[in-house]
Amino acid sequence: MAKNHVTTTINGDAVEFLCEPEDTLLDVLRDELHLTGSKEGCSSGDCGACSVLLDGRLVCACLVLGVELTGHEVETIEAMAHGEVLHPLQSKFIEHAALQCGVCTPGILVAAKALLDKNPDPSETEVRYWLAGNLCRCTGYDKIVRAVLDAAADMRGS
Amino acid sequence: MASDKEFKWIGTRPPRPDGVDKVTGRAKFGADLYVPGMLIGKVLRSPHPHAVIKSIDTAKAEALPGVKAVLTRADFEDRESELVPAGEMMVNYRDIVRNVMAREKALYEGHAVAAVAAISNAIAKKALRLIEVDYEPLPHVIDAVAAMQPGAPILHEDLITDGVDPVPTEPSNVAKRVEFALGDVEAGFAAADVVIEREFDTQPVHQAYIEPHACVASVAEDGQAELWVTTQGHYVVRAHCARLLGMDISKIRVTASEIGGGFGGKTVVYLEPVALGLSRKAGRPVKMVMTRDEVFRASGPTSGAHMKIKIGATKDGKITAGEAELIYQAGAFPGSPVQPGAMCAFAPYDLENVKAVGWDVVTNRSKVAAYRAPGAPISEYAVECVIDELAKRLGIDPIDLRLTNAAKEGTRAAYGPKFGPIGLVESLEQAKAHPHYQAALGPNQGRGVASGFWFNIGGETCASLIVNEDGTTVLTVGTPDIGGSRASLCMMAAEELGIDVDQVRPIIADTASLGYTFLTGGSRTTFSSGMAAIDAARDVVQQLCERAAKIWEIPADAVEWEDGYARPAGANAGNFEPMSLAEIAAMAGKTGGPIVGHAQINAQGAGPSFGTHLVDVEVDRETGRVTVLRYTVLQDAGKAIHPSYVEGQFQGGAVQGIGWALNEEYIYGADGKLENAGFLDYRIPVASDVPMIDTVIVEVPNPRHPYGVRGIGETPIIPPMAAIANAIENALGIRFSELPMSPPKVLKAIGEMAAAAE
Repeated sequence: MAKNHVTTTINGDAVEFLCEPEDTLLDVLRDELHLTGSKEGCSSGDCGACSVLLDGRLVCACLVLGVELTGHEVETIEAMAHGEVLHPLQSKFIEHAALQCGVCTPGILVAAKALLDKNPDPSETEVRYWLAGNLCRCTGYDKIVRAVLDAAADMRGS
Repeated sequence: MASDKEFKWIGTRPPRPDGVDKVTGRAKFGADLYVPGMLIGKVLRSPHPHAVIKSIDTAKAEALPGVKAVLTRADFEDRESELVPAGEMMVNYRDIVRNVMAREKALYEGHAVAAVAAISNAIAKKALRLIEVDYEPLPHVIDAVAAMQPGAPILHEDLITDGVDPVPTEPSNVAKRVEFALGDVEAGFAAADVVIEREFDTQPVHQAYIEPHACVASVAEDGQAELWVTTQGHYVVRAHCARLLGMDISKIRVTASEIGGGFGGKTVVYLEPVALGLSRKAGRPVKMVMTRDEVFRASGPTSGAHMKIKIGATKDGKITAGEAELIYQAGAFPGSPVQPGAMCAFAPYDLENVKAVGWDVVTNRSKVAAYRAPGAPISEYAVECVIDELAKRLGIDPIDLRLTNAAKEGTRAAYGPKFGPIGLVESLEQAKAHPHYQAALGPNQGRGVASGFWFNIGGETCASLIVNEDGTTVLTVGTPDIGGSRASLCMMAAEELGIDVDQVRPIIADTASLGYTFLTGGSRTTFSSGMAAIDAARDVVQQLCERAAKIWEIPADAVEWEDGYARPAGANAGNFEPMSLAEIAAMAGKTGGPIVGHAQINAQGAGPSFGTHLVDVEVDRETGRVTVLRYTVLQDAGKAIHPSYVEGQFQGGAVQGIGWALNEEYIYGADGKLENAGFLDYRIPVASDVPMIDTVIVEVPNPRHPYGVRGIGETPIIPPMAAIANAIENALGIRFSELPMSPPKVLKAIGEMAAAAE
């Protein structure tokens, strides 16, 4: 079976790869490009550990096919910090101890960034519903929600 | 005890040393390793809950191009029955070898039957379909009580119940009876003014760590093996794999990856011996990762149970006797956590007459694994519900009833020991004084309270502390960091050395680089590895003092260590400028060579942790949905090293308990197959399901730890189920005796109550 050749943009870089028709974006990111920050928790879109931005829209990478990427732009957790400078969400997650094992953290950060890009001043309820697709088994969500609200406040300059 | 002195680091909240790796995606978890030439391993699993495996034909799979190795029961030698500790539970190699790869029979749907390694995932999956297994399906039994009945399908023809007299002559599904008793329960019930007896049922729940089991194994032609694995205990994995594969321990070097949650479920082996076996056959590295479906069907969960609880008390609220009968399902092999369940059932209370009997029962489900305080949340849920009913019957505040009977220093527990200083009374008093306990409730709202106890453990632990040439240090420990332990361990080392915490870099050593260290479990890591880190730091301090003494040409005992500096111990010692750790380190080559501290201990005196939870719920009478409105955890931490991570354990445990109380359960069809093996249908709490979880850290120092630490990770999952059941009773006047209290059950009970009222 011949593989498909795909040309796309990942984290701002032009990327070419070969993939099987059934390979998901998550398979491509992890197994082909070794961008392992996006995690596989379920492969069914239920846990959110593989959350990435596709043309700025929050998606589960396990629910997108690799062959669909031609001409699109993907942004992963690996692009969230700029050089030595962490994104405010990343800093606040460390400051608030908003992670324990950390395996859900990349997906939650990507999802939270997508929220703050749309809504710079979310309520606690808005944060909780926006992140309802990102499972965390360790923290009980308390410190995650506080970190997102605090990062939002910081980014608003208040 | 150092708990009253001023600390530089203990009790502060510095950033965790692995924080940046975790927020940038750099941290490498089990599935994140890719090595050249790596094959993909997959497991063929039984579609039957119970079947004789008459034959396995792998010829077609082996002939498929790209397949490099196939493994079946024929590749594993049988093992003698031998019990060894794994986490807080015992495991038997005879059973582990059968759980890793089915032998005579498949004992549950999802039981591993064969495995392949191939050059791609697609070829490996195709090869699995080419393996021909001839099964003879047998009748199955899923429920533990049904499995105890005469005529039930028997899982193990040689299983004779242990702990009963006379010894049975026939095999059954009852593996074991345990009993813990004090005093005379019959006399106790006779002296009671009120006796309440109730039955309870709980369902198996999964640890539901977000990271599936994963490993990469590589065995060289000379038998030297490397294993990269997500686990709570890589030394334990090494021991199991060596035993199952007939290898020397020194030939297997295990590296613990970052671990994406475990909660007890990553204390046993599933894929690891299979990956090593495949790699040995193929001569190439093999990576294996479970799917979420496999995680649910073939790993974990914890037991479901059927329980009878009987408690008697006088009118003034003094409990005169408590009795529990606990039936825990173990899954396909013996070893449910019924023993700790029986030991914990009444542990929060100072009782003269108490008896707990437990039954360990095998059924055609995946073998249970440890889950956060294994066994305790189940039995304590049932007892704490009856305590609440007793308080209501007697017209006594439920916290006051608990205070009247609370275990304290000197109380003898039914399972044997006398408690040292413990914090149950403090947690209850602070709960009673908390604003949460007095806050007003609205219609359809109720408040519940429950307490919890867990033993905590210590155990074998190593640590080393290397002083670098510039005075920075490396702390090496053997306990995988599952929730921020590296932060607290560095803080303890920094406190002892008197240096900045960011001058201590933590490393989780592989099994070839540090002595045997028992796994992360039993809430032992901050306690035991902390103790080892402190000992290693004190070893370093002694060496630093000796080096300074050499430089100053004075006796070593004339030097003392204070705030990161060697100083002359007094005026008689001489007049020398204090020397910093960095200054002494820079001269190490001239004063005797490298400075490295070591500790190898068997940590004792863990000290139990007690907690009390308060919860407010609101019940939607139209849908049966229970919403948690407010939640407060009050728990004894002995001494919180890094309070943020203590709070995190309290919050995470409480929310796992909320899931157990309201949603989570294994659902089987009549065909013995699991019907909800995914996160859509096995629904763990999501962010919008829960409120903020308030925490109060109670600190009753543990006298057996230099800083007063006690483990805190497990106790928080114990009280939520009873606290929520008690809150729902308070809201509706309906007492539920089954978990989970899911909307259909709540709605049905509301309907029945309304019908009865008409």
